[in-house]
Amino acid sequence: MSEAAKADTPFVTAAEEKVAAATQLQLTWWRFRKHRVAVISGIVVIFFYLMALFADFLAVTGPHSTDAARSYIPPQAIHWFDQDGSFKPHVYALKGRRDMRTFKLVYAPDPSDRRYLKLFAEGYSYTFLGLFETNRHLLGLDRGVPEDALFLLGTDQLGRDVWSRLMLATRTSLSIGLIGVALSLFLGILLGGVSGLYGGVIDTAIQRLIEILRSIPTIPLWMGLAAALPSDWSVTQVYIAITVIISLIGWTELARVVRGRFLALREEDFVTAAELAGASRLRIIFRHMVPSFLSHIIAAVSLALPAMIISETTLSFLGLGLRPPAISWGVLLQDAQNLQAIAIAPWLLLVAVPVVIVILAFNFLGDGLRDAADPYG
Amino acid sequence: MNSGNPVLSVEGLKKYFPIRRGILRRLVGNVKAVDDVSFAIGKGETLSLVGESGCGKTTTSRCILRAVQPTAGAIRFGTEDGRTVDVSGLSRTELRPLRRQMQMIFQDPYSSLNPRMTIADIIGEPLLVNGIGDLNARRRRVAELLDVVQLPLAYMNRFPHAFSGGQRQRIGIARALALNPALIVADEPVSALDVSVQAQIINLLLELQDRIGLSYLFVAHDLSVVKHVSHRVAVMYVGRIVELASTDALFNTPRHPYTEALLSAVPVPDPRKRAKRIVLAGEVADPSRVPSGCAFHPRCRYAVERCKVEVPTLQPVEGGGMVSCHRAKDLSLSGVAAPV
Amino acid sequence: MAEPILSVRNLQTYFRPDEGIVRAVDGASFDLYPGRTLGIVGESGCGKSVTARSILRIVDRPGKVEGGEIVLRRHDGRLVDIVGLDESGAEMRDIRGGEIGYVFQEPMSSLSAFYTIGNQVMEAIHLHKRVTEKEARDRAIELLHLVGIPRPEQRVDSYSFELSGGLRQRVMIALALAAEPRILIADEPTTALDVTTQAQILELIRKIQEERKLAVVLITHDMGVIAEMADAVSVMYLGKIVESGPVDEIFHAPKHPYTQALLRSIPSVLAEPRSRLATISGSIPHPYARPPGCTFNPRCGNFMPGKCDQAPPPATTLSADHEVRCFLYGEGVAT
Repeated sequence: MSEAAKADTPFVTAAEEKVAAATQLQLTWWRFRKHRVAVISGIVVIFFYLMALFADFLAVTGPHSTDAARSYIPPQAIHWFDQDGSFKPHVYALKGRRDMRTFKLVYAPDPSDRRYLKLFAEGYSYTFLGLFETNRHLLGLDRGVPEDALFLLGTDQLGRDVWSRLMLATRTSLSIGLIGVALSLFLGILLGGVSGLYGGVIDTAIQRLIEILRSIPTIPLWMGLAAALPSDWSVTQVYIAITVIISLIGWTELARVVRGRFLALREEDFVTAAELAGASRLRIIFRHMVPSFLSHIIAAVSLALPAMIISETTLSFLGLGLRPPAISWGVLLQDAQNLQAIAIAPWLLLVAVPVVIVILAFNFLGDGLRDAADPYG
Repeated sequence: MNSGNPVLSVEGLKKYFPIRRGILRRLVGNVKAVDDVSFAIGKGETLSLVGESGCGKTTTSRCILRAVQPTAGAIRFGTEDGRTVDVSGLSRTELRPLRRQMQMIFQDPYSSLNPRMTIADIIGEPLLVNGIGDLNARRRRVAELLDVVQLPLAYMNRFPHAFSGGQRQRIGIARALALNPALIVADEPVSALDVSVQAQIINLLLELQDRIGLSYLFVAHDLSVVKHVSHRVAVMYVGRIVELASTDALFNTPRHPYTEALLSAVPVPDPRKRAKRIVLAGEVADPSRVPSGCAFHPRCRYAVERCKVEVPTLQPVEGGGMVSCHRAKDLSLSGVAAPV
Repeated sequence: MAEPILSVRNLQTYFRPDEGIVRAVDGASFDLYPGRTLGIVGESGCGKSVTARSILRIVDRPGKVEGGEIVLRRHDGRLVDIVGLDESGAEMRDIRGGEIGYVFQEPMSSLSAFYTIGNQVMEAIHLHKRVTEKEARDRAIELLHLVGIPRPEQRVDSYSFELSGGLRQRVMIALALAAEPRILIADEPTTALDVTTQAQILELIRKIQEERKLAVVLITHDMGVIAEMADAVSVMYLGKIVESGPVDEIFHAPKHPYTQALLRSIPSVLAEPRSRLATISGSIPHPYARPPGCTFNPRCGNFMPGKCDQAPPPATTLSADHEVRCFLYGEGVAT
């Protein structure tokens, strides 16, 4: 009787035992690790979310502090070494003067007025992670306020520091993506699950609803919904409303994924086996079905996120989404909308760079996760 | 075998799948997947359902397990306390306590085990959901079951992906045994396995039957495998049983022309026994357009006028079998032992 | 016996995925003669299908024919080593279909759903023969008739999904024969079919072989089909041909412990009802974890420690055409 058992055990090394007893998560991770681009993209995505989390800390000046006298300052050069050759990063203070022929403000660095960069310097005060009030920032100057002399990415027409605004915009845009996806996910799993599990009339109704929603061209739909937002709503209210509008479309895709998986899994033998063992419907759903498609959901989410982010950016760029004084990537890009601004201040377009990087990183990450998600496939 | 009450008796089982057409989903006909099937299985007995694809053998087994809702007929189970319960009309909740009596072994050892659960969880699930024993007791029972199916205990915490097809099938068998069922429905349990592993599983099934008096409803298309496991065999053709007899009688002296042709078509692993086969013309009939009279008549070389008009019924013949053929009495058919 | 039409010598087809190396076919040799059937039998992972695909040079990536030779005697008498040809070159395409026809297990995925079966057979004819559209169509109908498709004049315009599995496999055979090849490779041609349909298809292959003096390579896991059809048999296990010989010797005087065990373990309709089967212990090792020495050694009843697990056994010739790779026979008598 144990003859078969004996012969079945021969070449089990420690490494094999490790694989044999590996959970789904481990297998997925081992596979994901091999996908180098996806791993790098994952790191990029984490980096951006950290940036969003510590946006105020990374900003150097108050994002709303304006001064017509600092309008359209170009990005500043950082000098890394002092005259004596020691490592002391510093910038030169700027002297503005009006060019009397063009009436344009031109700025000239003043090499005699060196401002040394300082870590954990004091600046405008903000609430750190919503925990406590502080005025410490990652970067600052040893003397004078940064508003006067530190312009890493230049300034816009109203003299606001582009770097600082970019930090806060990242927070808004990335968080809208996250909240939007969370909302879509909830709707998608709920409606997709109901659709796939119960079938029949409910399924047909939900499927038709999805088809109708998907057949409406998105931009006019958004325009209509956004136009319906009362103009006296606060920034926060608009923010929430925009998130809801975006996720209204987003859930349909996820619902389809979930429904498809439910339908496929209902026919799987191991689900039948659980049913024959007398398992309850809830157990079958949560112990057998959901874990089987969780990985697909994660992959779908990481692909849905960039779509959400793009949606917000598009809406705000068109002036239909967030409006100043809110700051988001779309809002910042809106500043770079007119030709004049670009001709005079091309650095305003730099905002597009993080948008492209984040979207690409999310797509690569999503691809990698999708490939790794089905270690048994 | 066949002592006392049958473990399972099926009477007049029918399963029709409606065919609907057009936008109004109008009913235009039925696929008679199972059409008036009756049989009984005694304690410790193996009854095999054989036939070609589309003959209704798998649908029959799914109806018995109530994975498919039968259209008509009675499915009676003899319970542990000697009562008889017709499960064909029971609701999901009424059915649950009876589930323990009947378990299933699946064809595909890959899709029948949840890849996200360890072997211990898979085998222990029937115990867990039926609230049997505490964690430790269940663990002990799983260990016992692994021993029964001849797998090392060390494998308990592994996931299915670490096992070969044969080992997975053993795990599936252990799960089916967990609740001490009286009947196991085995749907092509060895057809997905390699030849050298098939034999191990067939022997295991035979051994388990001898040890714990299990009854099997064995669904298969491979007559060689069927010969090795069955006490009795039922041959199905387009939704109906055409012949039911003891294994010996069915293989040696078949009474239905379809059985004869089926046996003749099986390749024998001996080049010295290359015989002239009875090669049936045409294809298995479409269950949505069953031929008139005896469904087999268009392919039958013994068919007469009567076979085209009158549907034969399953009648007892001398020797204890049942056959559904108008010419059963005047035909002398050959089995596997004699050359054709 | 006549000259072989195809000789395979020491064929090595390896797969090199990221995880390591799989020696799917590891030194297979055999000859093929006109009008005769070579059966290649083995279980999953033994390399029987890869052997067929290697001859046709259609091994999927990351697999590659890495060694050995496959010498084909072309219809004009020229000897060509297929291993040396460009996979997608003109000569290889000419050989594929033109000299070697092939039938696979799954007729559904081998046939296009977008073209009628007639179109597909005609295309195969056009690829290798200069004929007019009308001639090709007539030829296609003739072929469908030959493979026993009822009412071929009408069926020539039907699509593959309108046909049953058995008819589809007949169409596949018609396709394989379209350019009148002299070799037919059939890889599990009846595995997906019911037993009565299988009998029909085997009968058909046999009939066509007799008519056309085809050399047939029949690849299957089913010993019954081999006994029924083959003249010579090669038994494969994990990439190696462990035993080869005439069909009667393989079934009635098998020499390799694997062949012996396999024959004992197969269920038979001739057996006593409910009789136990002899088993081969254990299961087929994972392709990455092939045992050292003779690959069958962990499951072998005649295992000799210190010998079988050291080096792979050489081929031993027992009689003119019976060869075995096992240390039990004629110590180290290599061919």
